[in-house]
Amino acid sequence: MLAAALGARPAGLGEALAAVDGLDDALGHGLAHLDQARAARLEPLAAACAGSPLAGRVADAVAGIVAGTVTDDHLTALAGARSALLGAAHDALLAEADAALGRAREPWSAATVPARPGHLPAAGRSWLRELALTGWRRAGAELVGSGGRTVQALIAEPAARRLAVLLEGFAAELRAAAPVAPAARIPARRWADLWARALLLGRGGLATAGTVDADGRLLLLGADLHEHPTVVHAQVHGLLESPGRGVRLVRTAVAAAKVDAVSGPSVWRRLAAFPVLRAALARHRAIEVSGLPLTPGGDLIWQESRAALGGPADPFVTARVRLAAAVAAAPPPLDRHPVAIAEPVLLEGYAAGQSTFDLGGAEIAVDLDRLPAAGPLTPALVAASTSCLGLLRWDAGCWAVQPLAVRAAAGRRPVTAHTGDWALGPTGARAAGAEAAAGTVVDVLRERAGRLLRQ
Amino acid sequence: MVTEDGVAYERRSAVPVIIPVRPRKLAEVPFVELAEGRLQGVVSSRSDPRRLYASSITARRHGLSCHTNNNRPCGSLGGGQPCKHIGALIDAAVARYGLARVAHHLEADLPEDGADLGSGLRPGTAPDRAAEVFSSFLRHLAHLDLPPSTEPLPELQWFPAAAAVR
Repeated sequence: MLAAALGARPAGLGEALAAVDGLDDALGHGLAHLDQARAARLEPLAAACAGSPLAGRVADAVAGIVAGTVTDDHLTALAGARSALLGAAHDALLAEADAALGRAREPWSAATVPARPGHLPAAGRSWLRELALTGWRRAGAELVGSGGRTVQALIAEPAARRLAVLLEGFAAELRAAAPVAPAARIPARRWADLWARALLLGRGGLATAGTVDADGRLLLLGADLHEHPTVVHAQVHGLLESPGRGVRLVRTAVAAAKVDAVSGPSVWRRLAAFPVLRAALARHRAIEVSGLPLTPGGDLIWQESRAALGGPADPFVTARVRLAAAVAAAPPPLDRHPVAIAEPVLLEGYAAGQSTFDLGGAEIAVDLDRLPAAGPLTPALVAASTSCLGLLRWDAGCWAVQPLAVRAAAGRRPVTAHTGDWALGPTGARAAGAEAAAGTVVDVLRERAGRLLRQ
Repeated sequence: MVTEDGVAYERRSAVPVIIPVRPRKLAEVPFVELAEGRLQGVVSSRSDPRRLYASSITARRHGLSCHTNNNRPCGSLGGGQPCKHIGALIDAAVARYGLARVAHHLEADLPEDGADLGSGLRPGTAPDRAAEVFSSFLRHLAHLDLPPSTEPLPELQWFPAAAAVR
């Protein structure tokens, strides 16, 4: 039923994405280097915004690019138009997912707090402009490298952390790819996403909304791990049972900076400041929260001092008993993008293939790229699974499920594995040994750096 | 490692671009990076525990530079022959990034007989970059002193933690 319901494509999605693709390919070649054919492919973006408040600005921006006079305002208008289209795509896709899952979602009602001023210094803005004019394909080591120095000025500024984390991940990928060979494939949608996001975030365009304090019992569904060379982020999906408020689908997340040599299970060591959350993940326990700030978008702002470890709570039982009746929050309007769709689902009674689940006649893809090295889930376990607790995601035209936990029949006895099982360290002897060796990375690096600083 | 396989690579928002690598031993080469048109890094001295070398190879011209943290040139880097620190740097870079990416960054021709990258370089000398390399290392390590954060980071939806090479 789920896969069949998700087979339909929302009306207008193809046209919206084609307009986005026109801009993405232009950014690949460089806005200063567009031939007529590529410039003409920007027209659908302007046409899609006709009748919206962005209409005039986007039309001006496209005209500016064709005339070769590109200003920062033009680039902001393009990034804004692109984000608006992808936001609309997100809304249509999420509505489809909600209908397929029977999920109730509160409408967005929060008053938006005015945007704070952006944190991107002039050097950062000019770097993003130069990248757009030059194009990912022509950007050389010097242009790409200068972005790294811009970010360096941002990382120590707490208010700019979100932007710094984004720019570091983006700059690292451009560095890894430079110089781009003429025939090489480039992740055009992805880099345009990251560029547009950085531009808008740097302009302070992404407003935040106020929070309310939440109390109750948090039952965890699973951990979704994110990582790039200098950050690790554990985003935990769960159900919040509050007296008088019913059951709500929420997320909470903790992040830490790292260096690229820290990877695999030892990334959890960087999150040592959060023992309650790690223990709840590793030991499958509920969390009692009191006064934890909750955003209108359903994000609990984690604070160890307002959380205590509760009783045992099996995420599979939580999902089976409570998930269907839980109410989801609407994502903040400016965070809407298909990549942000991550809806918890429990799948049972399917036939697992190598990278698909057959849900009784209809298939859904399984995203095996999202099985983190910091947890025990492997493609083999997923292929042997009989139950899967995961996140429903959409990317490049396809729905897929990202496993957060599976029950599998491996050998004679059933095995259960969750992405957060190693939050307090790997449980198997082999993985634990490897982690212990890798866990000394930070000590080695500090000791070597100490030799420099003693000079 | 840069990955490019799979369908719809161009149209995937969350396509993995950088795959985290296996942990590598850091004691000999605590820092290696492909940056600023160079392969550069920090190499520990085998004879003097207090000494570190900043070693680098420039792209295209393959100019070599190797200096200690006391700002002395490496004694065994003479006549354009790679010293053992340069050799260790290349080995660490290949372990970290893979041979193809290192060769691509250096714009080096890989010998077809499977010989290592060092033999494919035709090195010369290059200006001293030790100060830049050491400060890049220290800037990199500054990440380890940043406090953890709990504010929502929606942009990390673009950066799923990928499976390591298992």
